[in-house]
Amino acid sequence: MPNSASDGVPCDLAVVGAGPAGLAAAVTAADLGLNVTLLDAGERPGGQYYRRPAPDLGAARPEVLHHDWAAFATRKAALRAHASAGRITHLPLHHVWTVVPAGAGLLLHAVAGPEEEAVAVPARAVLLATGAFERQLPFPGWTLPGVIGAGGAQAMLKGGLVLPGRRIVVAGSGPLLLAVAGSLAAAGATVAAVVEAAAYTAYAGRLPALLRNPGKLGEAATYGGALLRHGIRLLTRHAVTEAHGAERVEAVTVARLDRQWRPVPGTGRRVPCDALAVGHGLVPQLELATGLGCATRLGADGAVALEVDARQRTSVPGVWSAGETGGTGGARLALVEGEIAAHTIAGRPVPAALGRQRARLRAFAEAMGAAHRPGAGWTGWLREDTEVCRCEEVPVGPIREAVRDLGARDARTVKLLTRAGMGWCQGRMCGPAVAALAGRDPDPDRRPLSCPVPLRRLAELPAEES
Amino acid sequence: MTGPTDPDRPPRGPLRRLLRGPARSPRDLVGGAPRATYVLRFDGRELPASAGQSIAAALWGAGVLAWRTTRENGAPRGVFCGIGSCHDCLVTVNGRPNLRACLTPARPGDTVTTQEGTGRAELGV
Ligand SMILES: Cc1cc2nc3c(=O)[nH]c(=O)nc-3n(C[C@H](O)[C@H](O)[C@H](O)COP(=O)(O)OP(=O)(O)OC[C@H]3O[C@@H](n4cnc5c(N)ncnc54)[C@H](O)[C@@H]3O)c2cc1C
Ligand code: FES
Repeated sequence: MPNSASDGVPCDLAVVGAGPAGLAAAVTAADLGLNVTLLDAGERPGGQYYRRPAPDLGAARPEVLHHDWAAFATRKAALRAHASAGRITHLPLHHVWTVVPAGAGLLLHAVAGPEEEAVAVPARAVLLATGAFERQLPFPGWTLPGVIGAGGAQAMLKGGLVLPGRRIVVAGSGPLLLAVAGSLAAAGATVAAVVEAAAYTAYAGRLPALLRNPGKLGEAATYGGALLRHGIRLLTRHAVTEAHGAERVEAVTVARLDRQWRPVPGTGRRVPCDALAVGHGLVPQLELATGLGCATRLGADGAVALEVDARQRTSVPGVWSAGETGGTGGARLALVEGEIAAHTIAGRPVPAALGRQRARLRAFAEAMGAAHRPGAGWTGWLREDTEVCRCEEVPVGPIREAVRDLGARDARTVKLLTRAGMGWCQGRMCGPAVAALAGRDPDPDRRPLSCPVPLRRLAELPAEES
Repeated sequence: MTGPTDPDRPPRGPLRRLLRGPARSPRDLVGGAPRATYVLRFDGRELPASAGQSIAAALWGAGVLAWRTTRENGAPRGVFCGIGSCHDCLVTVNGRPNLRACLTPARPGDTVTTQEGTGRAELGV
């Protein structure tokens, strides 16, 4: 039998994810008198945004790699106080792999630590704050060592204090690229260029959302200033259409794009580099939610997100969501949504100021998402032999064939015909690309397990739950 | 990374240079030093590693970007997503295959080997 983290007594609220959203929710809910269990796959709270080195790396100023460190520091201190007072049970290194209805509440199943021990947590309410991973669009050469996710480069820098190379090109689309380029340069790398596929003029049509967010404009100015200070070139409406190299990346081709993101013939230029950090926005991580049957929506950025109401409730009673699970919007919005969720789970009204901030920041996120949404023409930089599924090594050719000759109309059918999306990552990396090649918007995540689970743990489940 | 200063590094803000000098490495940027350093064995080589790093960070720190070859094409792979979702960084540590290097802490005495294919050649699968 799995261990129970609470001896069978359900907690008032179980929060999955200790990023900005989950952390803010947990401490606010505890402030409001709830008994909370906070589970996170990682070792230290903070999520993707407030990721920092292990204490043994002895970083005296980890905050230099972050904006708004104070927002995190106060919540981390509150977490510690609540944990020692017994109001929050913090379970780091616990990866929740499924949540199932159980009686009047819900039961969370997690694997804990390197030995993957089974832990079950019963709860009256669940908040899913599992964040997002990066959206990747394939191009020839993207499997070469030295080609890494832009957020991945940031994560390795913030967590391990390492760089993938000395001369790095940062490419893709979205505001994260500017943050990544600024950090890499500050940490001693040469950023050869920032290559952004969208045109910033795309924001012009959305001025009201921008003007209501002076804080966000200030952030943009900070990033812009960092690029200037480090002498970094920003090329908009350009893309890396190929990475070159034998054993690792040695150069990339940068080409101009038209409005649909089609590469303009004859505009390709070779830029030498020893690493490429690339990403096209984020994809909400939803498998726990879709497993429970939570309704989803297609965000302005073209990614599937959870449908939540103004109180952060999903369509499934007892299940809330906050932060990037409800659509990419940044750390500040995640904090606000976490607090809103905590208030409503505690049966309190939402403070008006929080509601206003949420509306303002969500409007900004939608405007930004629309501006950076991949244009349909990006498939124009693929070749027939470009690998799309990195795990199963499935190239474009068979995927196009499955769509053209075998009648596949969605990613699921393509997967059955070609094995694209069947490997280790379960389509997390190739899903958006396969959907685009099938001529469709992406489907909601349907992965039975949110992480690898030892078979013996599945075998231990009581029969009525499995 | 503590390599030599890159000659074509762009100029830095003058104020910053006056105050602290330009950051030469991530460690320089965040200040401080690791509590301990040790040697990590990788495919018969001995690489320097710092306490507190993941296997992936220790390998990157030593300039190693690839430590796996794929099942079909034998192509080299290392870190891609950096956060545990892509499984490109699978590695064999102390004989145990299929660990995600970006999530696995490196420990003194660890032996890391390039993982070929499924990492289970001994099973013939
Ligand atoms: C790789 C990466 C790097 C990023 N870098 C930056 C940056 O430098 N600057 C910036 O402005 N934004 C960055 N972002 C965006 C950033 O993620 C968000 O703005 C912000 O962190 C969102 O907060 P959140 O709480 O919604 O999610 P997150 O911060 O992503 O937190 C989610 C947490 O949930 C945990 N989790 C997920 N699934 C499970 C599970 N099944 N069981 C247990 N725990 C689970 C994760 O371990 C994580 O701690 C990055 C995103 C990614 C993916
Ligand atoms: S780099 Fe993606 S799982 Fe480790």
